[in-house]
Parts: sequence; structure tokens; C-alpha cells
Amino acid sequence: MKQYQLSTGEKKFIGLHLLVAMLALAVGSLFGPLQAFEHAGWDVYPLIRPLIKSYYQGLTVHGVLNALVWTTFFIMGFLTFNVMFGLKRPLKNMILNKVGFWVMVVGVVTAAIPILLNQATVLFTFYPPLKANWAFYVGLTLVVVGSWVEGWGLFMTYVAWRKETPNERTPFIAFASILTLVLWQICTIGIATEILTMLLPWSLGLIENVDPQLARTYFWFTGHPLVYFWLLPAYISWYAMLPKQAGNGKMFSDSLARLSFWIFLVLSTPLGFHHQYVDPGVPPVWKFLHSMLTFGVFFPSMMTAFTVVASLEHAGRKNGGKGALAWIGKLNWSDPSVAAQLLAGILFFFGGIGGLANASYNVNLVLHNTAFVPGHFHLTVATGVTLSFMGISYWLLPYVTGKKLWMPKLAVAQAWVWFVGMIIFSNSMHVLGLLGAPRRVPLGLAPYVPAEWNSRLFQVGVGGAILFISGILYFTVMLKTALNRETVTEEVEVPIAEPMQDPALGPVWLDRWAPWIYGTLALVVIVYGPQLVEMISNIALTSPGFKPW
Amino acid sequence: MSTHQMHVHPYERNWMYFSAVLLVLFATAVSVAAFGMGIQVPAPEQRVDPRTVATDPNSPWSNPGLREIAPGKYDAYILAHAVPNWEFLPKELSIPVGSSVTFYVTSSDVQHGFKVQDTNANFMVIPGQVSKLTVKFDKPGTYNYICTEYCGSGHGIMYGSITVTP
Repeated sequence: MKQYQLSTGEKKFIGLHLLVAMLALAVGSLFGPLQAFEHAGWDVYPLIRPLIKSYYQGLTVHGVLNALVWTTFFIMGFLTFNVMFGLKRPLKNMILNKVGFWVMVVGVVTAAIPILLNQATVLFTFYPPLKANWAFYVGLTLVVVGSWVEGWGLFMTYVAWRKETPNERTPFIAFASILTLVLWQICTIGIATEILTMLLPWSLGLIENVDPQLARTYFWFTGHPLVYFWLLPAYISWYAMLPKQAGNGKMFSDSLARLSFWIFLVLSTPLGFHHQYVDPGVPPVWKFLHSMLTFGVFFPSMMTAFTVVASLEHAGRKNGGKGALAWIGKLNWSDPSVAAQLLAGILFFFGGIGGLANASYNVNLVLHNTAFVPGHFHLTVATGVTLSFMGISYWLLPYVTGKKLWMPKLAVAQAWVWFVGMIIFSNSMHVLGLLGAPRRVPLGLAPYVPAEWNSRLFQVGVGGAILFISGILYFTVMLKTALNRETVTEEVEVPIAEPMQDPALGPVWLDRWAPWIYGTLALVVIVYGPQLVEMISNIALTSPGFKPW
Repeated sequence: MSTHQMHVHPYERNWMYFSAVLLVLFATAVSVAAFGMGIQVPAPEQRVDPRTVATDPNSPWSNPGLREIAPGKYDAYILAHAVPNWEFLPKELSIPVGSSVTFYVTSSDVQHGFKVQDTNANFMVIPGQVSKLTVKFDKPGTYNYICTEYCGSGHGIMYGSITVTP
């Protein structure tokens, strides 16, 4: 059966998302090794001072471009593809989606200017009363608004599809993509409120002072579900694409895959206080409640681990794999898309365990703002998500460009080099954190570093160097693919792992949106409402802005 | 198989039970540590005006430092500031071993962090808020307190130290 075909224009639109995403990652990743080298005591920053003034300006570029721009653009492109391909229909209103995309691009450029001029060295968390140039906040707002508009375009497409096909179950990749976008619309209310009611008018001089504790609370309302916005697209690929690529495997359980996505929607937002366990202005009772809900979101993660591994096992056994674990060797490791995503999944497993430690209420007293935290999120967003997206791009770029992937063997090597570099980097960051090393500090220059940290700091530098090599390999393969004279003879096959059981046989409530969305909103109101009302009614606008960089 | 039913493979059902048990165990461990052993996170203490907290003569942070409130019991008022030179005031504290110190930390400018190495004291310092936590020092030695939140170019040099004398 011939697969559903996207038009050239639609492919180009998705390709544009990938282009911006990869440009951001290329620039942002240049600064990754510089931070790591700095830990090892190799301070490169004085050499690039005319361009980038400080470690912290570099860290801001690294965080904003990698964690916010690369992820958001890749995700919007990938989800747009999933909706069109999953529903087998064009966008309802292509112009709306294009407007959304270009608003995002204008936003990135607007925010990049003050960052590059050292006028917004506030890191990607931009905690006030550190005060950036107004253009930084305008740029961030436009990125979020643009992503909303693109989301609306996809919702309209879904509604149109539903009208045309009232009795069909939503195909999994479209269902999970729309759900991810719903999550994004709900959770970004926090950051939008923070910027529009406080930071933007403040940076424009319309108000004198802000309330930093309330700003942090708005920020983390968005900040934690943000990681699920990054993660769920990778999960979509792991659930519904990777088993097919790994050996023609099927998705083990369509119903439970959908159920775990619903639980992610419901539980991702109402747990942001777990980033604020050691904030002075939030009562412990709310922190404790959020910690329990955080444990709750661990549950669908465990379900995901089961279903994904079971689907992969199905693929491995189809390929002739035997034994309890030996089937793993029979997966299509020579396919770079498979190798990258399997390695990403392995490291993500450890990232998840570290995340449980972070989330464990009082255990956070030992870990908060230590090097353990960047160690953790380099396993999750910088590997579980980023290495998976790299893996996806190994088929998606050839698909949208019609060009053959350049040197697949080098692409496989890229994934392994990332894996090795990240183990060295991340392991040493975790250990440093347990020894008490703070995050966001150029530790090579810090006056309080005890000798016992030195060997680990050196490993951070080594890990960063290896990751940098992997980054060079990735962009070489991407660039050479985009410029490849060799085109694919037939359209690249989109990997879709069919469910073992017909989705139409699953419970109907798995395909109803309203109860889940109302439930999500109700839970958010219950676990955030009282404390937010308390903080807003006692708002203390007493902090003027500072620019201590 | 009947239609419209949740179909769950027995292996997966067992895995879900296992996950649930694991989560209950974690939640119990955390709760026992919090409510049985008293290892607690900071609670709202008081609000201050960051613009005057360092200068108002009625503010304890206009004269930061140690106050002995009972034998072996101290209150430590510590001011964090990035302007002009990224430091904690006071920079050094000295207490006899076995002392219990309650830290009251606030900021007169941007956000900071406060982490006393090798103890459970680790919290955010937010302008307008006072962070409070008590630590008992049972071993002599030097304990650095370091800034753990980005507060500008000098963030990495911002620290102080507690000398616990035998």
C-alpha cells in the first residue's frame, strides 16, 4: 500500500522548522564545550572576548538556543508532520500555520539581538530581578505566541478531520501530537502571565518593581510541563515509530500508550512546586502535595518503559533474536535512526531515576542547584530528547528533502560518540553535585573548590570535548545530506509501528477530549489555585531591576 | 475478546503493580524523613523590603552576624548581595562544636542561593523573602557557605565560611 503523500510545499514547511532548529543547535552547541572546558580549568572565554563577553553570556546562549529554540522548532515541525501524516489530510489553514512559524522566527531574532549584545545575560531561567533588555522578553513572548498559533492551526485541522471521519479512532501519532500541543497551551499560561504582567512592563519602565517569588512561581508553572513538551514528541517516536525501524515490530499496547499520554497531560502541570522545594515563600504543605503528584507522573513513565521495551522486543524477536536479553543485539543497530534513539532511551532511563531523586521533597535539600541538576537534564533533554530528535532527523530530513542520508555509518558513529561523551560528562556532574559542587559556576575559577573535585572536573571537560566531536559529526551528516546530489529513488518510508490490537477495540473514553481537559484544568486549579491567590493578593512589588553582569 | 475493554497483558499488569508499590515505598520514605525525622524544607518566615533591608536600623540585616540566644544556640542573620561585590555578610562565622545555628538569610538585590557544604542547609535566597533553616554542627572544621544561584558575573566567587571550633 502506498503511503500518504505530503505535498512539496508541506515538506518544505516542515523542513524550514528543522533548519531553524538545527541552526540554533549548531550555535548553542558551540558553547557547550566551553562551559565544560571551563570546569576543567581550560578557560577559553578570554580568547573570544570581542564576541562573547563572559562565561555567563555563553551559558545564556547555550541554554536559550538548545533548550528553548532547538526543541521548540524541532517539535513544532515534527508534530505538524505527525498531524498531517497521521490524519492523512492537509492542514485546514496553511496560512495560519505559516503565520505562527514566522512569528516564532521573528521572536528568536528579537531575543537573540540583546543576548548577543550582552544585554540579556540572564540565563534561560531569566529570574528577576535580573533585568534583561525589553527585546529579550518581547522575543520570548513571540516564540510562545507563534507556537500557540501553530497549535491552533493543528487543532483546526484535527477538528476538520473529526467532522469528516466521525467514527474513526484518532491515529496514535496524531492523537499524541495534538495532546502534546494541548499540554503546551495550558502550561504556557504561567510564563505568559509572568512576562506580560511583570517582566515586560518592568523592562519597558512602565512599572518600577516586581515580586521575584511570584515570578518564580509563574515560571515553574510552565517550567516543568515544558520538559514534557520536549519529552512527549520523543515518546511518540519511541512508541509508534522506533519499533518499526528496529525490526518491523508492532506497538505492544495501543490502549495503554494512550492512557499514559492522558496521564501525562493531567499530571504534568500541577507539580511545578517541586522546582521550588527550597523557596522561602511557598508553604511546605503545597510543596509536599506537588511532590506526591510528581511521584504520580512517574507511573506513566514506567508504563512507557514497559510498552516501548515490549514493542522493541517484538521487533528483536522478529529479527531472529532469542533469550531474555540477547534479542537486543538483533535490533537494527546499523540504522542510525535506531541506534541514536535506543542509546537515547538507555541514558534517559538513568536520567529518570535521577529525576526521582530531585523530585523527592527533602532529598532535594542535598541536590538543589548543585551540578547534579545539569547532570540530570543532560541525560534527559540533552540525550533522551536531543539524541532522539537527531535520530528522527536521520529519516525525516531525507524524507522532506528527498536527499539520501549521507554516510549512514558516520551517523551511527555520531550516536555512539554522543553516548560515550554523555556518560563521562553526566556521571561526573552527578558525582560533583553529590559532593556539593554548585551549578552555573565556572568551577575552574571558583575559590572554594576542594582538591577532591579536581579529577571529576577534568572528566567534565573530557566529556564535553567528546560531545563536541559528536556535534560536529551530526552537523556534517546533516549538511552533507541537505547538499547531497544523490536523491532517494522512492519517497522515504515513514516508519509507523502498527498496534498489535486494533485501536477501535479499545475503550471509547480513550478518544474523548473534553473530560480529560476539564479534569486537567480542575486539578491545576485545586493544587495551584489557593497558593496563587494567596501570593497574588499579597503581591509585594518591591524589587527594582539589576544588571550585575 | 470483548470490544471497548481495556486490554492489559498480565506481564504489564504485574509491572504496573510493581511500579505502584515502588512509588508507595518512595513516598513513604520521603514522608517518614519529613514528618518522623523532621528533615523539612523551608517554610515562609517573613517578608522584608529588599530596598531597605540592609540599611534600615530596625532590620537585623543592617547589622548581620551571629546572636547567641541561649547557650549553644545561635541565630545567624546573613545578607546576600551581588552589588557591589558578590558576597555574604558576614563572610565568616565562628561557633563552638555542638552548636545549633538558625540561619536567617535574605538578599538586598537579586536572587541568590545559600548552601552550607556537608549539611542539609541548602535554599534559595529571594529578595523580599527571608529563608530560615536550622543546622546543628557536631563536627569541628570549616564549612563553606556558597552561593548556588546565578547572580551576575561574580556568582562563582561568592562564598563565606563557618569555623566550628573544638
